[in-house]
Amino acid sequence: MSQDTLFDKVWDLHKVSSLPGGSDQIFIGLHLIHEVTSPQAFGALKDKNLKVKFPDRTVATVDHIVPTDNQSRPFKDNLAEQMIATLEKNCLEHKIRFFNIGSGNQGIVHVVAPELGLTQPGMTIACGDSHTSTHGAFGSIAFGIGTSQVRDVLASQTIAMNKLKVRQIWCENKLSNGVYAKDLVLHIINKLGVKAGVGFAYEFAGPAIDALSMEERMTICNMSIEGGARCGYINPDDKTFNYIKNKLCAPKNEHWGKALTWWKSLKSDDDSIYDDVIKIDASKIEPTVTWGITPGQSIGISQQIPLLDDLSPNDKLVAEEAYEYMSFNPGQSIKDIPVEVCFIGSCTNGRISDLRIAAKVLKGKKVSKNVKAFVVPGSEKVANEAKQEGLDKIFKDSGFQWRDPGCSMCLAMNSDKLIGNQVSASSSNRNFKGRQGSPSGRTLLMSPAMVAAAAINGKVSDVREFINL
Amino acid sequence: MKSKFSPPIGKISRIDGQCISLIGDDIDTDRIIPARFLKCVSFDSLGESVFEDDRKTLKGSHPFDLEKNKNAIILIVNSNFGCGSSREHAPQALMRWGIKAIIGESFADIFYSNCIAIGIPCFTLPKKSIEEIQNYCDNQFLFLEIDLENSLAKSKDLTLNIEIKETTRKMFLSGEWDATSTLMENENLIENKFNQLPYIKFNTDLAI
Repeated sequence: MSQDTLFDKVWDLHKVSSLPGGSDQIFIGLHLIHEVTSPQAFGALKDKNLKVKFPDRTVATVDHIVPTDNQSRPFKDNLAEQMIATLEKNCLEHKIRFFNIGSGNQGIVHVVAPELGLTQPGMTIACGDSHTSTHGAFGSIAFGIGTSQVRDVLASQTIAMNKLKVRQIWCENKLSNGVYAKDLVLHIINKLGVKAGVGFAYEFAGPAIDALSMEERMTICNMSIEGGARCGYINPDDKTFNYIKNKLCAPKNEHWGKALTWWKSLKSDDDSIYDDVIKIDASKIEPTVTWGITPGQSIGISQQIPLLDDLSPNDKLVAEEAYEYMSFNPGQSIKDIPVEVCFIGSCTNGRISDLRIAAKVLKGKKVSKNVKAFVVPGSEKVANEAKQEGLDKIFKDSGFQWRDPGCSMCLAMNSDKLIGNQVSASSSNRNFKGRQGSPSGRTLLMSPAMVAAAAINGKVSDVREFINL
Repeated sequence: MKSKFSPPIGKISRIDGQCISLIGDDIDTDRIIPARFLKCVSFDSLGESVFEDDRKTLKGSHPFDLEKNKNAIILIVNSNFGCGSSREHAPQALMRWGIKAIIGESFADIFYSNCIAIGIPCFTLPKKSIEEIQNYCDNQFLFLEIDLENSLAKSKDLTLNIEIKETTRKMFLSGEWDATSTLMENENLIENKFNQLPYIKFNTDLAI
């Protein structure tokens, strides 16, 4: 059993009680909600005649269903309009702070909370969304929950949960040029498998992690869940504290110093005990692309889609399903596979640094005429910052459509969808069957820089051949 | 959706009924209920859309479309079932279709806790046993009597030592899987915790 890790410290601090069945009752320091997984929870409160216990500890925004081409109200899609209206009503009724469209702070919940300074080290953070693990980048313990647990958090600010085991993923050396956090996390998931993290929290550590910016760290923690770990985190350091400082909801004045002292005490002790430790050599990783129907089915850009015989017995069933669904052949190179749609955005890679690197690749170049390409900033803040830097112009000049913020084609709950069996190069997090809105659509996950390169060539390409990165 | 849906309440100690087998590893919640069906403010109508895209692709031969499975209530699955999105819509859709318990090789974490929270016990068995059951289901009806008290599943010619986390098993037997009231009983402890947490004092401006 793990001891003295950040996870242990934060868990123990938030433990309210041991429940009769043997699980722990955990206090949730920050609860984030959005329009998709909260309405039924508010409905259940009403049915049980319950109130929101600590309205100040819940913050809302709208992201999953928002259109990205025209956000004027009412939305064209009646169901989407009904969902945002329900969230507005619930927030008003229960006095919950809501960052709505046009507030300047709306966006994907996992982009918005960090940029507002809501996400801080040492907190427990829950949200009805599996990518809540993103917030672990700040040394918080953050995990996705279902709607019944959203109800429980609203009603009691606590949930019932079994303590997770802790696996440290030690990333040695540094990523090479043209290789990004997305490549690193795809590589980790490939090496460990999509279910290795079940029952675990992942602690990402080592020189390669220390070298990452906060936004890159968010990309890593964001995809913990794709490796089966509902929680992933990184010990906070000066980069963490500098990122938070002066944000809207960051501790101010005399509170800042106190917060800093406390945050510094949280990191895993040098002699802490882990349930498991895995080592990864970051310097050996290439730009990485998925070829199949799980985020674990990825290869380096110079590699070929694996043969069935090269896979472990446990991976064969899904591999066969993937060959058939993707219509790719075992042994085929991933490079040069034609793409028809290119999507840059999502809670994984829709932040300003993601847009900057993609724009750097695209500057002065044109998107292939066979490709529909669009970029969806992760938040209104990201969009505004990008505009100030002229990134929107670079995207538009290259042939990318510039959209308004939201989750968009990561999960295709709005009108941004693949058609038929189109192949998309996507900076998002899931390549599941049908994930991007068409039951036969095919998704290749990669870094935003690689999506930009694919957009220019109209096929999967090695971004390292494009520019001196 | 054979009869009017009524959600489980209270203690759950036995689940007896027909099994339905669904073969495949890493079946994610997008497949269980595609995202377009999440545009709703209630779970009520999700049952008919469970596995919608997979079912359409298989044109009537998906296990959830087979006449022989229409009364099944125990789902038999392989490994990492329910991975991906945290959408509770997935187990809600399964439950509203008629599923009352799931036996599999392994389950994704969030899906598993969502199942507990809505009253669907999930059990595990080794890969080999699951495959045997799935083969059996392909050829004939399999009725299982699940006994949570003793962690056993029995049919006329088979007895299985199904596994379930001890904490989860106790929650179903006591009825505390429906956690809200249990959690709220500790109101004083919750207030104390709120007052003890260092960061609550750091962030005084969260209120509207």
